[in-house]
Amino acid sequence: MSGVKELTDAPEAVPPAAPPPRRQTPLWATVRALLRKELLVELRTLESVPGMSLFALSTFVVFHFALNRNSVEGDEAAGILWVTLLFAAILGVNRLFVADAEEGGFDAFLLAPVERTALFVAKVLTLLAYLVALELVAVPAFALLLLGPALWPALPGLLATLALGDLGVAVIGTLVAALAVRTRARDLLGPLLALPLLVPIVIGGSRATAPLLVAGHRVGVGGPPIRWLLTLGLYDLVFGLIAYAVFDFLLED
Amino acid sequence: MSAAALELDGLTRRYGEREALGGVSLSLAEGRTLVVFGQNGAGKTTLLRVLATLLRPHEGSVRVLGSALPDESWAVRGRVGLLGHEPLLYRELSARENLTFHARLHGVVRERVDELLEAVAMGRRADEPLRGLSRGMVQRVAIARAVLHDPDLLLLDEPRANLDPAAVELVAPLIGARAEAGTGVDAGGDAGGHARTGGPRARRTRVICSHDPGGGLAEADVVLGLRAGRVALLRPASDVHPDEIAELYR
Repeated sequence: MSGVKELTDAPEAVPPAAPPPRRQTPLWATVRALLRKELLVELRTLESVPGMSLFALSTFVVFHFALNRNSVEGDEAAGILWVTLLFAAILGVNRLFVADAEEGGFDAFLLAPVERTALFVAKVLTLLAYLVALELVAVPAFALLLLGPALWPALPGLLATLALGDLGVAVIGTLVAALAVRTRARDLLGPLLALPLLVPIVIGGSRATAPLLVAGHRVGVGGPPIRWLLTLGLYDLVFGLIAYAVFDFLLED
Repeated sequence: MSAAALELDGLTRRYGEREALGGVSLSLAEGRTLVVFGQNGAGKTTLLRVLATLLRPHEGSVRVLGSALPDESWAVRGRVGLLGHEPLLYRELSARENLTFHARLHGVVRERVDELLEAVAMGRRADEPLRGLSRGMVQRVAIARAVLHDPDLLLLDEPRANLDPAAVELVAPLIGARAEAGTGVDAGGDAGGHARTGGPRARRTRVICSHDPGGGLAEADVVLGLRAGRVALLRPASDVHPDEIAELYR
């Protein structure tokens, strides 16, 4: 080794230590540990889900008065629902990695013998859990405050559409949050990056939901348009693959 | 003959235009303690973060525990314990929850968490959120976190910061060079069934950043003095006079 200062206290010719066999914590054990920690922190702080839910409720009230209408249906109803859910989701996306960045969770994770993909999977599942909790509050509130037709007949199709939409929001949200959290302007950069990427989900979700939110829609008759469900599914798949490919690099120095 | 735990040759690391470390070269045998002195901003923390695989070297070669960084970082992870300025703990979680989380990441059995909580005298307050604990208590938990997986290389950045004399004595066996008879708290094994036998283990290699010439020299086998990211002093501790260390701070 050229230029290395040999220390009198160190042995003369020093062979490198042979690394022991790698013992990596299994992926799903890591995901479980991370997920449990995420939900525990959220339960203690209540920083994300209550804020997202209150934001959605406030937005419905604002729409109620701004439109000066007692009820909406069809395209209008679907648009209001999806835009509100999108902006509420952004609040959760912005908070997703904050505790890790501020309290050293990133470093602790990077020091552990774990697959880095586990962090991505755990964060996607965390965001999905937040979105489901949000929708448990927001969808009934929307039906109560704004929706003209009954919610019940639309529910099966709406749930399928929301599931696909949530998956896309969770994948893209996690990717963008991981990218933005290490910048100084993360509160600004997160939404700026996320919104354009999430627009196709709002379009697909709204188009798939609109036929369900009309008067006279019956359960089991005329579900959400398959074309839009496939579009959402394909979008989820593409971003899932992109996120899987690049997430490890986002954690690198 | 001991193997080399650390081999640095021309290590350089920059933050933008600013060079935090420049051309640092040294070799440290396994089981030895390197104590790093230098003013604030001299590059001590950067050196620890490079050795911990958290920062990439920009120039030069770095081998840690026989693995070249950054290409073989994966082989080093899990064998290094880092105690930095930040405790790397979640404030909203309790000491027990934090350590249990880290134990799961490292595949360490739960019993080890209880042992360490007792070892740092945090058993009684182990279930309180960290945000309500004093800095000294959090530092004790952070030390427990750093040694939880019984690392082969321990990187310590002013480990006694915020600790009172009693706590310094309490944590000494945990962050000391692992004696042939163990550290006082034996690792129980891991969830994957790799239970450690409890037999004699090699001494642990340590890199310690310190501002205390007397205490640092007492612990050191080798002394490294950094000035503006450059090596200003590198000698066996037995050949170093405290005045030479004091000179680094002038």
